[in-house]
Amino acid sequence: MKVSLAIPEKTGNKKYAAALLAALASLSASAEQAELTVYTALEANDLKKYADRFNEDHPDIKINWVRDSTGIITAKLLAEKENPRADVIWGLAGTSLLVLSDQGMLQPYAPVGVEKLAKGFRDANDPPAWTGMDAWVAALCVNRYEMEKNGLPVPKSWKDLLDPVYKGHVIMPNPASSGTGYLDVSSWLQLFGEDEGWKYMDGLHANISRYTHSGSKPCKLAATGETAIGVSYAYRAAKLKNQGAPLDVVVPEEGVGWELEASAIVKGTHNLDAAKKLMDWSVSLRANELYNEGYAVVALPGVAKPVAHFPPEVTERMIENDFSWAAANRARILEQWSSRYDAKSEAE
Amino acid sequence: MDTLYKRPLRAPFRAGPVTSGDQLLLRGLALLSALLLVVTILFPLYSMLAKSFHDASGLFIGLENFQRYFSEASLYRAVSNSFVIAGMATLISLLLAFLYGYGLTRTCMPFKPLFRVVSLIPLLAPSLLPAISLVYFFGNQGVAKELLMGHSIYGPIGIVLGLVIWVFPSALMILMTSLSMTDARLYEAASVLKAGPIRTFFTVTLPGVKYGLISAAFVVFTLTLTDFGVAKVIGGQYNVLATDLFKQVIGQQNFQMGAVVGLMLLLPAILAFFVDRYARRKQVAITGARAVPYSPKPHALRDRFFLLYCSLIGCLLIAMLGMAAYASFVTFWPYDQTLSLKNYQFDMMDGGGWAAFYNSLQMALLTAVFGTLFIFLTAYVSERCHGWRPVLNLIGGLTLLPMAVPGMVLGLAYIFFFNAPDNPLNGFYGGMTIMVISTIVHYYTVSHLTAVTAIKQMDPEIEAVGASLKVPQYRTFCRVSLPLCLPAVLDISTYLFSTAMTTISAVIFLYSPDTFLASIAMLHMEGAGDIAPSAAMAMVIVLTSTSVRLLHWLLTRRLSARLQRWKGA
Repeated sequence: MKVSLAIPEKTGNKKYAAALLAALASLSASAEQAELTVYTALEANDLKKYADRFNEDHPDIKINWVRDSTGIITAKLLAEKENPRADVIWGLAGTSLLVLSDQGMLQPYAPVGVEKLAKGFRDANDPPAWTGMDAWVAALCVNRYEMEKNGLPVPKSWKDLLDPVYKGHVIMPNPASSGTGYLDVSSWLQLFGEDEGWKYMDGLHANISRYTHSGSKPCKLAATGETAIGVSYAYRAAKLKNQGAPLDVVVPEEGVGWELEASAIVKGTHNLDAAKKLMDWSVSLRANELYNEGYAVVALPGVAKPVAHFPPEVTERMIENDFSWAAANRARILEQWSSRYDAKSEAE
Repeated sequence: MDTLYKRPLRAPFRAGPVTSGDQLLLRGLALLSALLLVVTILFPLYSMLAKSFHDASGLFIGLENFQRYFSEASLYRAVSNSFVIAGMATLISLLLAFLYGYGLTRTCMPFKPLFRVVSLIPLLAPSLLPAISLVYFFGNQGVAKELLMGHSIYGPIGIVLGLVIWVFPSALMILMTSLSMTDARLYEAASVLKAGPIRTFFTVTLPGVKYGLISAAFVVFTLTLTDFGVAKVIGGQYNVLATDLFKQVIGQQNFQMGAVVGLMLLLPAILAFFVDRYARRKQVAITGARAVPYSPKPHALRDRFFLLYCSLIGCLLIAMLGMAAYASFVTFWPYDQTLSLKNYQFDMMDGGGWAAFYNSLQMALLTAVFGTLFIFLTAYVSERCHGWRPVLNLIGGLTLLPMAVPGMVLGLAYIFFFNAPDNPLNGFYGGMTIMVISTIVHYYTVSHLTAVTAIKQMDPEIEAVGASLKVPQYRTFCRVSLPLCLPAVLDISTYLFSTAMTTISAVIFLYSPDTFLASIAMLHMEGAGDIAPSAAMAMVIVLTSTSVRLLHWLLTRRLSARLQRWKGA
């Protein structure tokens, strides 16, 4: 048998190689290197670590990353719908995966060990269209120096932020541009109820100096003293603290919104076997330990250890988040938000 | 009489005898250009903008999306904000660039080459860089925030300031091309007729650069109307149409509503097309075949004034770059201002490191070479081919469109069109080719208008004389027309190189793992809060563009001295 003829994927005449591989496909699963195009919104500085860790167990699968912010990657995936270029999505917001799943763009697959994941961390369908990795939790980034300079007390709850002393010192993301912003808005509506929720936002609006287009920006602005308080998320706050930012991370008492980071196989992938291996690995214990290096809450119960600079109370303050409600009502909520705050938001 | 000297108005080229072989060649080229433009501009844009008439599932719903969009309360605010901002930025930048360009071309002030390079700073640096600098200067922790007298940089002031800095080089490039091509005899005539400097300015100088002024005004207005980058970083919550687009497309992945906004943003470009056609009829060839190149004579007061003015602008631009350079060495602004070099160790950072830089370099070179070639030839053909109005109008219209297309619309349009499974060109998708094409298209208009301005000011009689001497037109083109336009050609190629090094908004949708770019790496680092390494990457980009510019200048100085020797005679 001419098994040794298997040609490395990237060399030689492509057609020839393809024909040959097709002919040999049934013969053996030789150790040729598979390549996966993986779309992700993971932090850029984590990519190498994630790929290295995966390759320790699967040296025969090469990961080619395409990384960008959540909005851009989701837009790119949707635009490529007719002719998908990604094999796997590893590390994208759960709400984005819901949209892709609705569009029939995901390949349902039950990774080995998926049943061990916490209940909210996998698609309810069987087999699941996506599986969760970790949670990404809202938090306040508070700049110690700026608070002192302006004589502001550190807020403990969402309601504290309504105090007029904070006027002009709070920045939050615009929910129409940023998933993190929508996370906050939908969590307030779920926590306080619709009427109270909007009333809360009316009050908060009076104190907000501006709305940004990116979810991490408020925290970065707090880190460099451009604002005293940024409504953002805990992972970013911990990262910036590591870099030396004078930040305190506050998890409001009433509870905070959160969002999954999740993975899925893209329907139509030419590397289904390799994609399945990556999915299997993405729910494994080793993967969850990896997620835990940056995130305090991960999909596999019992794994999580405290993360440096991460407020420990985060876990119990995560609200019961109804993702399908948030997704179904998104257009309506954003329309209302824009008419309330966008149209009249340029006082100066 | 509004000008002292006016040639009889004729359609280009009717004046002289023409060999039909030349016209055949020109028409063939015109057809080819038009075809390529249709495939790279019209088809992709159609595939994106047609979505404005469909719902999310692809069902045709007529004008429903438009109705919904126009019923939104925040829309009118966004529209009026957009026009106010774009109008102000246009006025300010045109005035500044005109004076700067005048100083560079019409006076005898010293250090002109230096001022020319300095004026390009905003072009050499990714747009993120002025934004970083503005925040470091005028932000809440800024070193010069008192200058704003209590106003916040996060809002209209910041947007207008950022936009003016950003469009300054583009306006300058078009205006300078216009200002530098003039006939000294007009000024001799003016002085013989005892016209004072002010009268001369209004009757000779201004009419001569009218086309350049109108072009520059439209370019600047459209660019500022559609730009999102500045508004994003510095704009605070000041709503403009471009932020609406971002919210729809990136925030909510609503391509249908995004297409509605994208279509609205095209309106100024369509208006520009008609104004351009009007101005085209009025434009007079200035550099006649007998023209004498204008060389300014020393004039102490005037030269000193412009030296002072250009120094002021130059210092501001250098300060902006300097602040960003400083930022790239700071450990953690503003709390830990220890300086270190660690931010330049890109391979330790996320975002592709030096590999991304080499990709950028490759893309910039390809864009500059193929872009200049195609753009200049197309401009020449569209100016010198006669008859065939529909094809030429098509070229004229399509070349004006790209300036009104925001990068993210272009990027998505390229995905929709080139990635379609039934498109025979979909092999290009995901590679370097598509990124080079998209970058050329993205920056087409400014380059095209620079080329057209240069060609327009060249008397068609030059070709007519060539033709009457039985010299084929391609030879006249290579021997006379091209050398005449060499400064503009060099401007275009370096413009394309620099913009390709810094571009983000369209290519961000098109890169693949093998073609990751330095400009995107920079954006990602900034996104991850690593502002200093991001500024460091920006500085490497600036240095590269500057060295290419200097190299280019040194290499071509001799060439151009040789080719333009007649000017000094």
